[in-house]
Amino acid sequence: MTTITMAGALNAALRDALTEDEKVVVFGEDVGTLGGVFRVTDGLTRDFGDDRCFDTPLAESGIVGFAIGMAMSGYKPVVEMQFDAFAYPAFEQIVSHVAKLRNRTRGLLTAPMVIRIPFAGGIGGVEHHCDSSEAYYTHTPGLKVVSPSTVADAYSLMRDAIADPDPVIFLEPKRLYFSKDDIELGKTEPIGTAVVRRGGTDVTLLAYGPTVSVAMQSAEFAAEDGRSVEVIDLRSLNPFDDETVAASVRKTGRCIVIQEAQGFAGVAAEIASRVSERCFHHLHAPVLRVAGLDIPYPAPKLEHFHLPSADRVLDAMDRLQWNDAPDLSKAVTV
Amino acid sequence: MTTVEKVPATSYQQFMPADRPVQYLAPDGTGVDSAARYARPSDERLLEMYRSMVHGRRFDQQATALTKQGRLAVYPSSRGQEACQIAAALCLGEQDWMFPTYRDSMALAARGIDQVELLGMLAGYWHCGYDPAAYKVAPQCTPLATQLLHATGFAYAEAKQGRDTIALAFCGDGATSEGDFHEALNFAAVFRAPVIFLVQNNGFAISVPLARQSAAPSLSHKGVGYGIGSEQVDGNDPVAMMAVMDEAVKYVRAGKGPVVVEAHTYRMDAHTNADDATRYRKADEVEGWLARDPLSRLDSYLEGRGILTDELREQMTVSADADAAALRAGMNVEQDVDPEDLFRFVYSSPTPGLTEQRNQVAAEIAAGELS
Ligand SMILES: Cc1ncc(C[n+]2csc(CCOP(=O)(O)OP(=O)(O)O)c2C)c(N)n1
Repeated sequence: MTTITMAGALNAALRDALTEDEKVVVFGEDVGTLGGVFRVTDGLTRDFGDDRCFDTPLAESGIVGFAIGMAMSGYKPVVEMQFDAFAYPAFEQIVSHVAKLRNRTRGLLTAPMVIRIPFAGGIGGVEHHCDSSEAYYTHTPGLKVVSPSTVADAYSLMRDAIADPDPVIFLEPKRLYFSKDDIELGKTEPIGTAVVRRGGTDVTLLAYGPTVSVAMQSAEFAAEDGRSVEVIDLRSLNPFDDETVAASVRKTGRCIVIQEAQGFAGVAAEIASRVSERCFHHLHAPVLRVAGLDIPYPAPKLEHFHLPSADRVLDAMDRLQWNDAPDLSKAVTV
Repeated sequence: MTTVEKVPATSYQQFMPADRPVQYLAPDGTGVDSAARYARPSDERLLEMYRSMVHGRRFDQQATALTKQGRLAVYPSSRGQEACQIAAALCLGEQDWMFPTYRDSMALAARGIDQVELLGMLAGYWHCGYDPAAYKVAPQCTPLATQLLHATGFAYAEAKQGRDTIALAFCGDGATSEGDFHEALNFAAVFRAPVIFLVQNNGFAISVPLARQSAAPSLSHKGVGYGIGSEQVDGNDPVAMMAVMDEAVKYVRAGKGPVVVEAHTYRMDAHTNADDATRYRKADEVEGWLARDPLSRLDSYLEGRGILTDELREQMTVSADADAAALRAGMNVEQDVDPEDLFRFVYSSPTPGLTEQRNQVAAEIAAGELS
């Protein structure tokens, strides 16, 4: 066991992939000598050479478009977008080409790659350094979208993403980069699988990436009030693990989805809808969402008003119609 | 540590295009004075290009007719741009790749793509129509200029693996205003990717004239700022076109870096059959360009050299007509579409969500609700 940060685990995953597969290449802005602004690519150029991990001109569309060509020629590019809100110049390449190449050529050409994106808020970033852009990617067929919440998953999901035959948008929660864990790096559950992080019977909290810790904290507090809360870490937004989610909600009958992104037309809305469709007869209350506000990403000093907090989750929990629930124990009296 | 290196002291002039488009033939097909910086292609190859142009012109006409019969959703004509596209395609080696746009059907046909497959996208069967790996031709690209980056990354990756492959990327004058055009040129220059950017400047991006796209002395000059060898050529002069492309291929294949070639040409027809070009250009302008037709120019030249005879011409017309008839027949055959194809290629294997939707569509079909 060693103490390792999430950034370190991601670095280890890139190293292991670079070592095992000579077709893996890492590139982007400042990923070389500097090792990336979050140090995820630290030392890769030094240890693997400028051939395997290299800086590119400063142009996000260029980076992704170039990666498509390299992938067509047989490489497995792992590219870094420096910040989520700076990935937008690459949006056309991602949506029109990365996501579609396999489909438009009936599988005759493919462009599997990993697009790493530092993701979401909580770090007091100045304007355009924080955003929650997962809905754009999750809405796009052809892309897989994952986000780790643990150090162990950061390593394993990255290894799986690189090995995946499909393009993967890899959302790295910025606020977790320097979170630590005492673990042996290895394989965890595959892409497409959600994981129960805490068992419970009264209510299911669904979270991913940076909001998993909010959910865990909420569960602790709720336990003090005598509520047994199950927390599911979704891990993979597409493919989506309906089974694990539905099994939990059928058991608890109550569900809250938590995301940092603005709520309107967001991923949580899709998930809430899927849960309602699949678990309607098991629900004691409507599925609720706790999301960011429907505002452009706020300035650092206002960020805490925007981000879902444990308090907000607990408030939502209180609204889950506990009192309206029929008391079935009295239903059978003669 | 990489340190700040001085920009190498190369003369910008080595990248400079000619002052005027390279030209070997006057519009009437007679030879003109030319600096002759480039080797003149052999008569044999010019005749091959001529044959391909005759077929291309006929194909174009047939495809336009197919839009009227509703067999094609739309067709962007290449009439007038045959020399640019065919010369470019014929200068490539078998191992090389093309990254074309929607307008480059002449180049695709010259590459040997089956004509029915070539129109598969426009006929609405599937988005590519042909096997891109078999022909080494990427799918025709409509998001303007995006394919230039694919070509660049591809060419770089091929060279990295020690392969003798170059990439030929096509775009129009309008596309040079897109960010991806500039990002591609810059990436190509920085990584010395073996890629040729062929800009067919046909004067218009749908209705918008060149003057609204660029104030540069020429579009080829755009390469200079990126440190790319650049040239401009009369795109309606088949001899010049082939001479310049030959040299570009040689230069790029030798590992000297990318090249930008601007071919000055003209779209004789509207943007597509659905467009009305009379709304934005005058008849006399079109007339002027019809007189600079690349096909008749090469025709006169080859006839003057005694290579093209009436008999040969007749043979080519007959074979082009036969191709057109085969195309008509091919397009009249309704191809089967398989609804499974909707789901089969979204991912390497369908996600649970897609499997559910596939089953739903299958059930709708089984119930007779869809066919
Ligand atoms: C990114 C993008 N914007 C707009 C369009 C719509 N569009 C299709 S063709 C075209 C004009 C392109 O002109 P040009 O690059 O000169 O090529 P040409 O059609 O003349 O061959 C436009 C605006 C598009 N295909 N892609």
